Amino acid sequence: MPVTERKLKFAFYWGASCGGCEIAVLDIDEKILDVAAAADILFWPVAVDTKYSDVEAMEDGFIDVCFFNGAIRTSEQEELAHLLRRKSGCLVAFGSCAAMGGIPGLANLANRDKIFETAYLDNPSTSNPGRTLPSKESRVKEGTLTLPEFHDRVRALHQVTDVDYFLPGCPPPTNLILEAVNAVIKGELPPKGSVIAPEKSVCEECRFEKSEKMLTEIRRIYEVEKVEDRCLLEQGIICLGPATRGGCSARCLDAYMPCTGCGGPTPNSMDQGGKMISALASILGLEGEEALPDEEIERLLDGIVDPVGTFYKYGLAAALINRRLEG
Amino acid sequence: MSEYDPNIIAFLCNWCAYAGADLAGTSRLKYPSNVKSIRIMCSGRVDPVFILEALREGADGILVAGCHPGDCHYQSGNYKTSRKIRLLRRLLRELNMDPERVRFEHISASEGQKFADVVTDFVNELKVMGPNPLKGECQ
Ligand code: FES
Repeated sequence: MPVTERKLKFAFYWGASCGGCEIAVLDIDEKILDVAAAADILFWPVAVDTKYSDVEAMEDGFIDVCFFNGAIRTSEQEELAHLLRRKSGCLVAFGSCAAMGGIPGLANLANRDKIFETAYLDNPSTSNPGRTLPSKESRVKEGTLTLPEFHDRVRALHQVTDVDYFLPGCPPPTNLILEAVNAVIKGELPPKGSVIAPEKSVCEECRFEKSEKMLTEIRRIYEVEKVEDRCLLEQGIICLGPATRGGCSARCLDAYMPCTGCGGPTPNSMDQGGKMISALASILGLEGEEALPDEEIERLLDGIVDPVGTFYKYGLAAALINRRLEG
Repeated sequence: MSEYDPNIIAFLCNWCAYAGADLAGTSRLKYPSNVKSIRIMCSGRVDPVFILEALREGADGILVAGCHPGDCHYQSGNYKTSRKIRLLRRLLRELNMDPERVRFEHISASEGQKFADVVTDFVNELKVMGPNPLKGECQ
């Protein structure tokens, strides 16, 4: 039976995520009732008590659409990614973490050993005299306890399994979620691999006027006494708008906060950070550039205290260079 | 350790550096054959994304060469490129990719010798540095 004539079979899972995506779905307010009327929620660990074994028992492709949020960090998440891929006709990488690793992806600046060291050993608020670390198996007198394996690296969903659509955003904007749900219900889906968001940058949706297109100093937001009603970049505040895909109506800018890039790279770009470096270097130190000494350029660039965290806040795991290299 | 042959991608601006490389050739200057040249209209055309992709694909070194300051045919392409590369190198350092793998040089149309010297020097430096750690990685 086509989806239009019956209830949509829907699943929602979380990998390495903060739970914000789950809240975003509830954020569609009373429209959630329409979704509930149109859909059967087969699997949603945060809201519905279905077991993994129930999903395993389903026929392959039984679920019409699965929204998978969160990155892949553990063996459990990886298994579920494969399982839900098999059981779902349509798998959507939902939110920045599933789509490109998200903030958990910044952990690729370290590795498992360093993370365990910081989290369980060298943490000022942790007392761990036995230096116990999580391990896959631990024996207790009642038997053997197991934990999923903690991988060395964070990956985006498409780096683990085949993904049909991407819905970035931290969390994805409500209107885009609704658009995606409606597209599935009506069967009007874009070509496989599409990002469900407009083909434009955040700047194009931003209400602020751009005029000078020149940057003489970089300032962090706390150093700015009052953010003015004009392009934040031009006020020296790093805003990832030019390198980030829109669809969010530039809502952070409405609150006088710079874009930090959760929409991922713009449609024509392979790498958000590279694009932003290009945009920034083209306007920073433009004034009198012929006479600008090297030291002055370096001093201007010192204003960017954390290049990876600034340019790949959400996208390191899926970037062209996706981690801090060993050695 | 068996010696490896560094693989260098060179982005050369049409008006200066590419002509300089040409001159090195027509003057029969000797320089290592490790360079794969890509002609671009201006060094300003080089997007940091190109460089990241080249590194991702396993290039050991990337040379970007444009006109001398004040000589860019599009006024300011080379100034912008200089800042782009500086910023990119900062990023690479944080990712533990040796920033010296990415070089920016000013080479004029009459500097065939300089082109040959830059390439020779870069190849020697890359030999000391060893191969790009991302080489052979495919995901
Ligand atoms: S034309 Fe040579 S650097 Fe711009």
